[in-house]
Amino acid sequence: MIHSLFLINCSGDIFLEKHWKSVVSQSVCDYFFEAQEKAIDVENVPPVISTPLHYLISIYRDKIFFVSVIQTEVPPLFVIEFLHRVADTFQDYFGECSETAIKDNVVIVYELLEEMLDNGFPLATESNILKELIKPPTILRSVVNSITGSSNVGDTLPTGQLSNIPWRRAGVKYTNNEAYFDVIEEIDAIIDKSGSTVFAEIQGVIDSCIKLSGMPDLSLSFMNPRLLDDVSFHPCIRFKRWESERVLSFIPPDGNFRLISYRVSSQNLVAIPVYVKHLISFKENSSSGRFDVTIGPKQNMGKTVEGVVMTVHMPKAVLNMNLTATQGSYTFDPVTKVLAWDVGKITPQKLPNLKGIVNLQSGAPKPEENPSLNIQFKIQQLAISGLKVNRLDMYGEKYKPFKGVKYITKAGKFQVRT
Amino acid sequence: MAASPAYGEEKGGSSSLGEPEYGHDPASGGIFASDYKRHDDLKEMLDSNKDSLKLEAMKRIVAMIARGKNASDLFPAVVKNVACKNIEVKKLVYVYLVRYAEEQQDLALLSISTFQRGLKDPNQLIRASALRVLSSIRVPIIVPIMMLAIKEAASDMSPYVRKTAAHAIPKLYSLDSDQKDQLIEVIEKLLADKTTLVAGSVVMAFEEVCPERIDLIHKNYRKLCNLLIDVEEWGQVVIINMLTRYARTQFLSPNQNESLLEESAEKAFYGSEEEDTKDAKAEAASLAKRKPYVMDPDHRLLLRNTKPLLQSRNAAVVMAVAQLYFHLAPKAEVGVIAKALVRLLRSHSEVQYVVLQNVATMSIKRRGMFEPYLKSFYIRSTDPTQIKILKLEVLTNLANETNISTILREFQTYIRSMDKDFVAATIQAIGRCATNIGKVRDTCLNGLVQLLSNRDELVVAESVVVIKKLLQMQPAQHSEIIKHMAKLTDNIQVPMARASILWLIGEYCEHVPKIAPDVLRKMAKSFTNEEDIVKLQVINLAAKLYLTNSKQSKLLTQYVLNLAKYDQNYDIRDRARFIRQLIVPTEKSGALNKYAKKLFLAQKPAPILESSFKDRDHFQLGSLSHLLNAKAVGYQELPDWPDEAPDPSVRNVEVPEWTKCTSREKRKDKVEKPFYSDSEGESGPTESADSEPESDSEESGSSSSSGTSSSSSEEEDEEEEEGGSEEQSEDKEGEEEEEEKRKKKKEKGGPRKASPRSVGSEEEEEAEGKKVKKAAGPQGKKGHAESSSEEASASESSSSGSDSGTEAPTVVEAKRRKIPSSKAGPKEISLLDLDDFTPPPPQPVPSSSIISTSLVTDLEGLTLTDTSLAPALLSPAFGAVRTYELLHRMAGEGLSVEYCFSRRPFPGDPHMVAVQIQISNNTDAEVKSLRVSEPKLLAGMRIQEFPEIESLAPGDTASVVMGIDFCDSTQAANFQLCTHTRHFYVSIQPPVGELMAPVFMSENEFRKEQEHLARRGEGKLTGMSEITEKLTLPEKCRSDHAIVQQVTSAANVGRVPCGADNEYRFAAKTVTSGSLVLITLEWREGAAAQLTVNSEKMVIGTMLVKDIIQALAQ
Repeated sequence: MIHSLFLINCSGDIFLEKHWKSVVSQSVCDYFFEAQEKAIDVENVPPVISTPLHYLISIYRDKIFFVSVIQTEVPPLFVIEFLHRVADTFQDYFGECSETAIKDNVVIVYELLEEMLDNGFPLATESNILKELIKPPTILRSVVNSITGSSNVGDTLPTGQLSNIPWRRAGVKYTNNEAYFDVIEEIDAIIDKSGSTVFAEIQGVIDSCIKLSGMPDLSLSFMNPRLLDDVSFHPCIRFKRWESERVLSFIPPDGNFRLISYRVSSQNLVAIPVYVKHLISFKENSSSGRFDVTIGPKQNMGKTVEGVVMTVHMPKAVLNMNLTATQGSYTFDPVTKVLAWDVGKITPQKLPNLKGIVNLQSGAPKPEENPSLNIQFKIQQLAISGLKVNRLDMYGEKYKPFKGVKYITKAGKFQVRT
Repeated sequence: MAASPAYGEEKGGSSSLGEPEYGHDPASGGIFASDYKRHDDLKEMLDSNKDSLKLEAMKRIVAMIARGKNASDLFPAVVKNVACKNIEVKKLVYVYLVRYAEEQQDLALLSISTFQRGLKDPNQLIRASALRVLSSIRVPIIVPIMMLAIKEAASDMSPYVRKTAAHAIPKLYSLDSDQKDQLIEVIEKLLADKTTLVAGSVVMAFEEVCPERIDLIHKNYRKLCNLLIDVEEWGQVVIINMLTRYARTQFLSPNQNESLLEESAEKAFYGSEEEDTKDAKAEAASLAKRKPYVMDPDHRLLLRNTKPLLQSRNAAVVMAVAQLYFHLAPKAEVGVIAKALVRLLRSHSEVQYVVLQNVATMSIKRRGMFEPYLKSFYIRSTDPTQIKILKLEVLTNLANETNISTILREFQTYIRSMDKDFVAATIQAIGRCATNIGKVRDTCLNGLVQLLSNRDELVVAESVVVIKKLLQMQPAQHSEIIKHMAKLTDNIQVPMARASILWLIGEYCEHVPKIAPDVLRKMAKSFTNEEDIVKLQVINLAAKLYLTNSKQSKLLTQYVLNLAKYDQNYDIRDRARFIRQLIVPTEKSGALNKYAKKLFLAQKPAPILESSFKDRDHFQLGSLSHLLNAKAVGYQELPDWPDEAPDPSVRNVEVPEWTKCTSREKRKDKVEKPFYSDSEGESGPTESADSEPESDSEESGSSSSSGTSSSSSEEEDEEEEEGGSEEQSEDKEGEEEEEEKRKKKKEKGGPRKASPRSVGSEEEEEAEGKKVKKAAGPQGKKGHAESSSEEASASESSSSGSDSGTEAPTVVEAKRRKIPSSKAGPKEISLLDLDDFTPPPPQPVPSSSIISTSLVTDLEGLTLTDTSLAPALLSPAFGAVRTYELLHRMAGEGLSVEYCFSRRPFPGDPHMVAVQIQISNNTDAEVKSLRVSEPKLLAGMRIQEFPEIESLAPGDTASVVMGIDFCDSTQAANFQLCTHTRHFYVSIQPPVGELMAPVFMSENEFRKEQEHLARRGEGKLTGMSEITEKLTLPEKCRSDHAIVQQVTSAANVGRVPCGADNEYRFAAKTVTSGSLVLITLEWREGAAAQLTVNSEKMVIGTMLVKDIIQALAQ
């Protein structure tokens, strides 16, 4: 299956290579570079490239290209999903998935890759199992190791590997037993010129941080589970139970993980928490244009909209922008033509406004299209769909855990066409 | 160390050890740190005694490897450390070895012995990693060693090691494909493995080594389907893909009758999208409509068991299920995958890319499926271009009369995008919508014409191309547009667009008679500067004009052709020469000249604008080949549905997994428990191989997980109800009873055919004048609903009997029903032939303890321990019942009495053998107060008399049951049969085979017990507990069926499932003392066979051997 992996940074240096079968020369990456050049933009590099002898399947994560070399037929998603899992694991181990982090921990990276794939076929990808095999680096541990000479590598088979709950390691112990759930909902929306909603949808996830001793068996129920239209589960969740009772019943992995992701059924009308008034125009035959945007809150159920950021990809003809913001600050990057306005909190009394003159390249034709506005925002303590956790019960262990649920609503792909 | 150069020493011992040595590239290190010296210092470190130094050195070496630097000259120094105690050093050495062994084969051999030792290590992790490295070293010399190691590991007790063995198979295969046959054997063995851990890996090996050996899957098909949900996600992908291919070869197309019902089916599936619960209804409805097609239950099993995986977090799994449904499911059910696929569109852009490609292909075939999600494919300005174009493709595929207006409105916004490639694609898409949906053609055309005045040349050019295609459909009405386009030739520079305009003008020059020659004039002027594609169209235009309007264009044409004659491009020169000959009449030009007009101005069919994804679905969706639209190396073609379904019985498994589930509790539990994770996990890992040395522990353990969902829920319900009604009447026996029934019913419900039952047995029954209920036997093929209802009625009758207190006769009656079933096919194990009634355990083993212990073991997933070894007692299974005469008619003065061994447990006393006595009154007078009296018994023997029969009318027959405890001896029981007038001395002598009751045990238990007995025998006298006899099987006894029948008729024993082909095993317990009797019949070549009986009771053993041989010889 997966033959080799090359990690390539943005400037095109191959800074790590790993082969699971016989060695494939680095020169195979030339095909990738070629495609990358053709694509101009990093996101447009095709994930699958066919070369005379191999196929290259790549992902782009955190400014690193993970390029895998394939020789025979394999489902492309299999490889893509795996590569993302590798990146997730690095993130998990080193706190960030960056070139420096990987270079600094090159031996651990290598050991991880060795455990994750055998002959190109995934072997252990569960973080709980990997952490038993190869301990994540901490300052304390590296000091201890250098003194005692003990190793970072486990010498017994992780218990999870053999059990039918491979995601949980055995013998977990905490003094404070806690279980936290973050219900995070994102609004994907396209708002058209006139302010009406073309498309809106709520996508949610429940991220959990579980630090419970032993083998707790949790069940989480909702006040209104019918809201969830389409759900995907962490493998720990018992599907049958959900089917029959709409209760999430599971033995959780230890640590942070995503419990479920869901989509709220599209029948429900989505409350859009902000509105945008905009006036962007470019004058014919003059090298300037007007830009005037106001953001206001709408239907936010008494909660404040905060962390508002607006980004706009301005047309190429725009040279510079001369704006004044009544609130927050803005930046315009003349190279990438990206305007970013960091608004912060919206108070209904005084609506934030950004207004001013756009300088255009002289002589260039007036841009035809007005740019679309991408809005980000956050609302604490609110799940916009109205989803509510009813209760969390724990079975199988005697202690009383500390439980907590947090709700956040965010903008997902929230776009206003102008 | 001391001898090493100063620089090296410093490096080796200094505090700078901690960091990987990036700064020490040969280039940057300066002249002192030459490559040679640097490696020298690593060698020093590797040779030292300190593990920490070795580790440091290895870390630096691995860092070098990671960066692609050559570290091969360190090989000898590194390989020495392969046996290092420090596990991390060892692992890093492994990494190094795997990387360089191929280059340094001779040296690599030095390490082999270490791995061989590692293969025997008690720690499973070490065994596994030794095998991993050994198989990863690509050194051809060690192929035999690898082969041996793989074979050994394939039967390792640790599933993790077996998994590693499965991984090693493709490695060895790629190294030496001559080993294929041997490897297939290993694969076959591992395919039978029941642990979820192994399943994914072995299927992977199967796919790489022998994907064509689909026959290996048959026996494992159901198991794989049932295990699927618990397999790790990567394995799921591989298994699902393989099963898709398998199903395409084994089942019939569910859509073969679809075309007629297309409409209704579509509706049905819309409904199903709303709510999952409706699915079943829609399914049922659509199934009902399609009468002639009946889906193979195994086909259904696959669809049912994969469906929950649509909820997986792993995009690859979701995609795999989606393609499975697309390729295998009835049209009405495919809809369920749309929701999951749309969900994946939220994922990383690479995932989106792949998913959209597949959605594009699917949306052509099954448009309705994605229509409700139309808006999810709307495009954002922030999407990468490649995603935008794919979404556009999907939107275009989804366009129909009803939604076209929304789609076109959406397209309008796209046209103003800054991303010009995307705009061009949008214009193409509009063109396609216009061709496909006649209603909007004019609207689209107008819109496109407006685009002709767009400032961006690319947009204009693309519009021209599209308009050209659209105009071809109805040119007459659009001469205005053609004129407009003619004007564009002055401005537009994109070659494709210019060529399109020229073609249009040429083609429709009659509509624009004035403009056309003028255009040609202009083009002739700029001819030399045009692109090739434009030049060709100029020549075309010239030719067409020459033919229609030669007066105005003759000279121009000549001029153009002359220019073309000397063009650099040979195509153009060629074309010019060809056209000149064709259109300009000369003496030499032949008949073609006359037809020139016809040739050039023929009516041309309008182009069909098609999706580039059309017909891509002949590639398996989700595959690399589909994505590339070209066959990738190693792609397995997705076969077409067969016209005739191959024999479904190949998937029947002889030793069904569920026979290992001794307690019904377990299966119940399993079904109730959720799919994803059974809370069995609570009680620890399913498989802790290291703690359980017996190899059978794995097997029974895995069966627990495999039992998960083998029974459908409907079945479950039925059984529940039934069991309930019965338990009311017979609380004692209810539990086991239900279990038995379940097993039996499952058998019937399953697809396997009951083998024809011999007519003889039926006749026999008739002769006995019994009211035989033919519940179990012949109708095995009918639906289980039917048979279960029959059973229900049977149990009702029996329970009513027991209520009335006259238990005995009804018991007999009920028992009768099972007789036919014992004739069932030779492959059926006796377990299936059981009746509803189970004897109370012959030993004082409380039934609850059986259940609880086995429940525990289920939870542990481990073997039955000794305490639970009181194997579940079975109802008897046997062949024809032999009747013996107790009192002849003559001797009895008209009273004739016969008896037979009913092989039922005697109610009330488990240590007694039930003897059924049938009394016929052939006298003319009534016989009164018929009873037993004055038994003369040997010490220990007991008789439970039958209740006195008050009177027996002339010609009547009565049937009663009495119990006799024979004390496990064949001594006759003598007693008197009294009537109101006479006493008859009678005696009942049991054949040895009737002194026992069958027990059920698994193959493993059997073996264990056998060993146990043999060992005990050794303690006293060898052969004490084992009697072996050779025999010759007569002709008629040489089938499985006959053998089983003969043995079971000779003795009341239960068949034990057995893996080997020509071996038959039976087990029973003596009724009184409960000692085990194990029978093994080995059928060798031809007629030769060997019979072995193990029993503590030597006498019984010897006699049994004699009896069985006699029975077989008959």
